[in-house]
Amino acid sequence: MENTSTEKEKKQQTTCYHCGEPCDNDGLYHDGKDFCCSGCRTVYDVLSENDLCDYYNLANTPGNNQKNRATRDNRFDYLDDKEISEKLIDFRDEDQTHVTFYVPMVHCASCIWLLENLNRLDQGIISSRVDFIKKKVQVKFQQEYIGLKDIVALMAGIGYEPAINLSDLNVGKRPKMDRKLIYKLAVAGFCFGNMMFFSLPEYFSEAELLGPGFKNLFRYLNVLLSLPVFFYAATDYYQSAWLAFKNRTVNMDVPIAMGIITLFVYSLVGIFLLGQEGYLDTLGGLLFFLLLGKWYQQKTFDTLSFDRDYTAYFPIAVTRLKKDQEEVIPLTKVQVGDIIRVRNEELVPADSILLNEEASIDYSFVTGEEVPVGLKKGSLIYAGGRQKGPAINLAVQKSPSQGYLTDLWNHEAFSKREQKDSLASLANRISGKFTFTVLLIAFSTLLYWSMYDFSMGIRAFTAVLIITCPCALAMSTPFTLGNIMRIFGKSSFYLKNSQVIEKLAAVDTLVFDKTGTLTSPANAKIRYEGEKLSDETRGVLKALVSYSVHPLSNRINRYLGQVSPADLEKVEEIPGKGLTATYKSQSIALGAASLMELKPDDAVNSRGNKVYFFVEGVHLGTFFIDSGIRNGMGKMVQELKNRFDLHLLSGDLDHERQILERELGNEIHMYFQQSPADKLSHIERLQHSSKQVLMVGDGLNDAGALRVSQVGIAVTDNISHFSPASDAILDGKKLSLLPQFLDFADTGRKVIKASFVLSFAYNAVGIYYAVQGLVSPVLCAILMPASSISVVLFTTVVTNLLAFRRGMNQKATEKWK
Amino acid sequence: MEVIFILIGISLVMAGCFLWLFFKAMKGGQFDDQHTPAIRILFENKTKNKTNKKTPNKSE
Repeated sequence: MENTSTEKEKKQQTTCYHCGEPCDNDGLYHDGKDFCCSGCRTVYDVLSENDLCDYYNLANTPGNNQKNRATRDNRFDYLDDKEISEKLIDFRDEDQTHVTFYVPMVHCASCIWLLENLNRLDQGIISSRVDFIKKKVQVKFQQEYIGLKDIVALMAGIGYEPAINLSDLNVGKRPKMDRKLIYKLAVAGFCFGNMMFFSLPEYFSEAELLGPGFKNLFRYLNVLLSLPVFFYAATDYYQSAWLAFKNRTVNMDVPIAMGIITLFVYSLVGIFLLGQEGYLDTLGGLLFFLLLGKWYQQKTFDTLSFDRDYTAYFPIAVTRLKKDQEEVIPLTKVQVGDIIRVRNEELVPADSILLNEEASIDYSFVTGEEVPVGLKKGSLIYAGGRQKGPAINLAVQKSPSQGYLTDLWNHEAFSKREQKDSLASLANRISGKFTFTVLLIAFSTLLYWSMYDFSMGIRAFTAVLIITCPCALAMSTPFTLGNIMRIFGKSSFYLKNSQVIEKLAAVDTLVFDKTGTLTSPANAKIRYEGEKLSDETRGVLKALVSYSVHPLSNRINRYLGQVSPADLEKVEEIPGKGLTATYKSQSIALGAASLMELKPDDAVNSRGNKVYFFVEGVHLGTFFIDSGIRNGMGKMVQELKNRFDLHLLSGDLDHERQILERELGNEIHMYFQQSPADKLSHIERLQHSSKQVLMVGDGLNDAGALRVSQVGIAVTDNISHFSPASDAILDGKKLSLLPQFLDFADTGRKVIKASFVLSFAYNAVGIYYAVQGLVSPVLCAILMPASSISVVLFTTVVTNLLAFRRGMNQKATEKWK
Repeated sequence: MEVIFILIGISLVMAGCFLWLFFKAMKGGQFDDQHTPAIRILFENKTKNKTNKKTPNKSE
C-alpha cells in the first residue's frame, strides 16, 4: 500500500519540461527531460536542434500543451490560395513580405523571445516582432525562400499556431488607433505653453521696462502661435458644431466653437487694430484642456474586441471531399451541396446534415453550454458547433453566411449601425439651454450698454461670450465618464466607450440569458443517486474521469474532491459515450446510458445531464448534473427587482424553471425555448413599449439581442476569450456586482450634474464682471484654467471616493494572460 | 536686451524640434506597444535588438 502511494507521489512530481503539465502513464523520457506527450517532445527537438533552448531558461515550462496537436500536413493548404494570402499580408514588394498574425498562445517572456527569433529557424525569415498585449506577431520574410504556408506551419510546429479566422479576410485592415487627437493635443499643448511665456509681459508691470517694441513682438508671436491652434487643433469642434447646426440641434460643441471664434477674432482685432492685448493664451489653454478631456475619455481596452461577429470565430478554410479526395478550400468558396469533413475540435462552418452515424457537437460558442450534444445520422448541425471526437462528414445545406445563426447578422438591427448613439447625452441637452441663456445675456448686455456707449457695448458683449465659454462644462463629462470607465475596468467590467455609462444610467429593464450567463459550468450542481460510494470507488472514479477532458468528466472530478486516484488498466474513452477501464479485474464503465445498452428508462428524472456508473455491466448509480447558478445571483436579483423589470430568456426547455425560481425568486419573468431571433424580437417588443433595455448574454445566440438592446453586456469567464459583439464585456465572476455597476453609472450622472453646478457658479462670477465690461485678459487667464482644473479635480476625486466606498476602486485585477 | 530676439528664436526652434520629434516617434509607432519593449530589453542579446529611445511627451 505504502509502496503505491510513494509511486504516485513520484508520478505527480514529474512534470513536462515543455508545458509543465503532469506526465501521466504515457510520459516520455527524452534527452534527460520528461515530456508529457510526443507533441511537446517534438517542439523541444525543433528548438534544441536550432540552439533555441534559452526558451526554457527565461520562464519555467513556458510551452503550451501539445497533446491535442493536430498533425495533418495539409491543413494550411488554403494559404497557397492567392486570393487568401493577398488579403492576409500587410505589405509586399519584390523582395520581402510582411504579415501580422494573431497568436493567442503568447503568454510569457519566453514566448516573446522565441517568436522574435523565428529567423534562426528559417533563413527566409528576416525578422519578427511581438506585440505582447495584443498577442500579435509581425513577421517579415523573403517570399523567394519561404512561403506564407511554411511560416504558419513552422509556427504551429513550435507550438504557436496563429489563429487565422474568417474576419481576417473581410475588413482590409483594422482601423488604426486615432492618432489625430494626440497630434492635436500636442500642437495645442506646444502653442499654449509658449503663448503663456509670451503673455507674461502683459501681466507684469515690471515688463514695461522692456519697452513697447518687445510688447508688440510678443503679441505678434502669440498670433503666430495661435494659428495652428485655431486652424488645426480646434477643427473637430467646428465640424461637430456645424453638423449640429445643420441638423438644427445644439450640442456641447456649439457654444465651444462660438467661444473659440469670438476669442480669436476679438484678439486679432484688439492686437492689430486697437493695439491692445489679446486673449490668445486663453484660447490656447482652452483648446489644450478641452482636448485633454477628450483624450482622457478615449480610454480603450486594447486587448478586447467589442465588435466581433461570427466571422471572428469561423475558420478560414474547410476540408472538402471531392471524389473521395480531400482538398482544403477557403470557406468563402463552399457551396450548398458540398461534402465537407470536420475533425476533432473543428468548427462546423455552415448549417449541414450529418452523414456519419453519430457526432457529438459542442455548442458552447452558441449557447454557452459546454456539454456536447449527441447527434444521429441525418440530423441538422448548426454552424458554430464544434465536433468532439472522430472526424465527421457533412453535407452543406446553407452557405456560411445564411445559416440559422449567422442569418442574425442580416437582420436590420445590424445594418443601422450607430443608430443608438444619436441619443442626446445629458451634456448636450443642457448645452442647448446654456447656449440660449448665454446669447440672451450677451444681447441684453449689448442692448443695455449701447444706450450709453456703443463700443463699450461691443466689448461687454464679446466679454460675455468669451468668459462663459463652457470649458468647465465641457470637461466635466469626459473626465467623469473616463474615470468611471477606469474604475469599472478595475472591477473587470470593460466598456466599449464612455457613452455606455450614460445609457446604463437610463436602463429600466434587464434581460438575462440563462446558460453561460446566469449559470456557469464551474458551478454545476451534481447529485449522486444509487449505491453508496466507498472511498475505494471514489478513487476509481477519480482516476477514470481524470483521463477524459469531457466537460462532464471535469465536473464529476470536481465533485469527487480530493481523493487519491486508484490504478486502472485498459482505460479507454469511447467518444460520445463514456469511459471504460479495468480495476482489479473488474470492468468499470462511466458514461451515457447507451454505453451499456441501458435504456434511458427513468423518465421521471430525465432532466439535465446524467452520467451512469457501471461495474461488470451492472448499473450501480447515476450522477445528475445540472447547470449551476453563479454565486450571488439570488442576492443580485433581490437587489435589482425593486428598481428594474427583470426578464430571463433561455434557449432550453423549461425543466429548470423550478430550480431557477427557487434560486432567483419569482419576480423575474422567464421565457424558455427562445431562438436567437426570438430573443432579438423580445428585446424589440420591450423597446416598443418604450423601455430602456439592458441585455446580459454570452453566446453567439445572444448576439442579436445584445446588438439591438440599448446596452448589451457580454459575460465571459475568460476576458481574452470569446465574446460576441457588445457594448461592454464583463467577467463572469463579477456579474453579481451588476447592481453596483448600474448604481454607480447613476452616481456618475449625479457627479456630472454637480460639476455642472460648479461650473455654472464660475460662469455666474464671470458674467457678473463681463456685463459690467470689466473683463481683462488677466482675469480670463486666471479664471479659465482655475475653473477647468477645479472641475476636473472635483469629478475625479468624488468618483474615486464614491467608488472606494462601494468597494469598487480596488487594486487593478487586470491580468493580461 | 536685443539678445532676447535671438533667445526667443532659439527657444521656439528648440521647442518646435521637440514637437517634431514627438510626431516622428508617434508616426513610427513608438507609443503603440508600451509593454513588450520592457520585456524585450531583459533578453540576452545574441540577436540584434533595437533600444527604445525615450522622447519627451510634450514640449514647450
